[in-house]
Amino acid sequence: MVVVTEVLTGNYSVAHAVRLSRAQVIAAYPITPQTTIVEKIAQFVEGGEMNAKYMRVESEHSAMAACIGASATGARAFTATSSQGLLYMSELVWWAGLGKFPMVMAVVTRAMAPPWSIWSEHNDVLAHRDCGWVIFFAESNQEVLDLTIQSFRISEDERVIQPVMVSLDAFILSHTATPVSLPDQSDVDDFLPPLGSRRLPFILDPANPAAYGNLAYPKDFMEFRYEVARSMEHARDVIVEAGREYGKITGRYYDSLVEGYRCSDADVVLIGMGSSVGDAKDAVDMLRDKGYSVGVIKLRTLRPFPFDEIRDISRGKKFVGVVDRDFSFGFGGIGYGEVSSAIGGRVPVQGFIAGLGGRDITVKDYVAIGERLVDMADKGLEPMSPIWIDLKREVFK
Amino acid sequence: MSVPLRKLSLKEYLLPGQASCPGCPATIGLRMIGKALGDNYVLVIPACCSTIIIGPYPNASSRVPVLHIGFAASASTASGIKAGFDALGKHGIQVVVWAGDGGTADIGMASLSGFAERNDDIIYICYDNEAYMNTGIQRSSATPIGAWTTTTWTGKVERKKDIPMIMAAHKIPYVATASIAYPLDFVAKVKKAASIRGAKYIHLHSPCPTGWKFPSNKTVEVGRLAVQTGMWPLYEIEHGVFKLSGVSKALVDKSKRRLIRDYLKLQGRFSKISDEQLSALQRYVDEIWEEIVLKLNGQRTPSTSS
Repeated sequence: MVVVTEVLTGNYSVAHAVRLSRAQVIAAYPITPQTTIVEKIAQFVEGGEMNAKYMRVESEHSAMAACIGASATGARAFTATSSQGLLYMSELVWWAGLGKFPMVMAVVTRAMAPPWSIWSEHNDVLAHRDCGWVIFFAESNQEVLDLTIQSFRISEDERVIQPVMVSLDAFILSHTATPVSLPDQSDVDDFLPPLGSRRLPFILDPANPAAYGNLAYPKDFMEFRYEVARSMEHARDVIVEAGREYGKITGRYYDSLVEGYRCSDADVVLIGMGSSVGDAKDAVDMLRDKGYSVGVIKLRTLRPFPFDEIRDISRGKKFVGVVDRDFSFGFGGIGYGEVSSAIGGRVPVQGFIAGLGGRDITVKDYVAIGERLVDMADKGLEPMSPIWIDLKREVFK
Repeated sequence: MSVPLRKLSLKEYLLPGQASCPGCPATIGLRMIGKALGDNYVLVIPACCSTIIIGPYPNASSRVPVLHIGFAASASTASGIKAGFDALGKHGIQVVVWAGDGGTADIGMASLSGFAERNDDIIYICYDNEAYMNTGIQRSSATPIGAWTTTTWTGKVERKKDIPMIMAAHKIPYVATASIAYPLDFVAKVKKAASIRGAKYIHLHSPCPTGWKFPSNKTVEVGRLAVQTGMWPLYEIEHGVFKLSGVSKALVDKSKRRLIRDYLKLQGRFSKISDEQLSALQRYVDEIWEEIVLKLNGQRTPSTSS
């Protein structure tokens, strides 16, 4: 094990992970704040550090189409996008998921316009919750790199054969440099399936002609959907297995779909995903010092959704708070809805909306959220409609 | 330059029992691609009539692999396939797009232009039946002036978009027009396209009995008339050099062109064409040929280096 540590942004962490994973076809269209991912990869390819076909396509829709085409030959494909770009390619994001085309896509989470914003919000990724992609949310640049490498293995695993998305928050991760350990190339080679070996779900081969994506009548259609559903269930084990194997080569183990922080003895737990979970952990330490019994659950995967993990960790707690950097209008936080379905009314769940369009979610905010949850628990209060954090209420007077 | 009939492969690449309408031009085109290319190619097909012609799961009427893809994405998907084959060292397999006029001239225009600009090594064939036939005969930008469709009940006002010339403006190595009524010319053009590296575009005129309202045994006759009237000139632009092909060569002389009325009268879609639309259509044809004459007279000397 030769470990190199470099100071890398989240975007460069993605680029290095893609280089180490020896992706063979890159197709991408630039969008802020994804740009430095595809710029760096172009540099790797042109500098001979990566042996890949780099397709400078004219839109995100074409980027995803090209990745589908490349995946259909059995090649290892990668793209990256953000926000408007992800929604522009949306039709084919569904095609990739429902058609079982293995590939990896990095999504730098960014708010949808209007108003224009280049800062983080999770609605872009969450709009693609239901289309057959494994979806990771990264907390740190190290996690970005590690999850991207693992994603290629998970995506190409015969039990899964689905595309995988790695989400990293705009600027907070994408453009912030931190020390990141890079695994040794030979270890990554051993960790990932051999290039060109994949035969599933099919490969385009004139010697074995078949048609893919044909019309399916209702009598056949549901089985196609069930196959994806089953793959996503298999992904639970495959993700954990890949995370353990990855730990053996790097010492960094990813052996659960969630990460619990000081949860076992906590009365109240906060649940979130993405970069701000790090601040939540700091807040929990401060709350503990003040005598509040609070823990944090980080959702590492949104799909497959960690039902059992959330149910287990939240069992017996007095209150659960879900902090969403997203919103479903007329409903509430999307994460809140998902977590509530896992908990099934056994523990009261309060939703918080924070950080939309890149507004800071500070440690102080998390401390206040924790204190409020403990207060609600102590007073035996019922959960209320979502609480918007740091909202300028005077605007609405 | 046509391929002699006796040299055409007897092997069929579109199997019998497929689901096209009687007299379907797309099936002629799909058969001829196979006869031109042999076994070593894959087809990319966006949403179009051929989605249905290839057949529903678990059957397929194609003897070569087919990847179905979303409406706007055939060129970019094909580019990805080519990149994948290259990355895997599989260099001999031709990647062929088979897309309708809607998937080419309208919704697919951006990805079409993208593949051409990148000069990706693909043969893109647009089979042009001049409307959205699979969804029920709605007008496309390839529908001619005066044609009835289910979204132009009194005849289309705008002229047909000139996709082959738009493709030629991308300076790709090979652009050609063809017609299902001249299959040997089409086969020769597909073969030539296969021999050239880079982006190739062939626009295949494809009269549709269902959408154009003519009897299903008249597909080839209508196709021939489109060419003989000058409505659909056959040509090639190879490395920038424009050359008329087949019967179109003689049509520079206006007196050799048949009256467009002969072409229109076979088709129910033109049965209510107004005099004004008719003269607009005549002007359209005249202008096509004026432009062709300008091209033939004014073009640069063929470059030997290209």
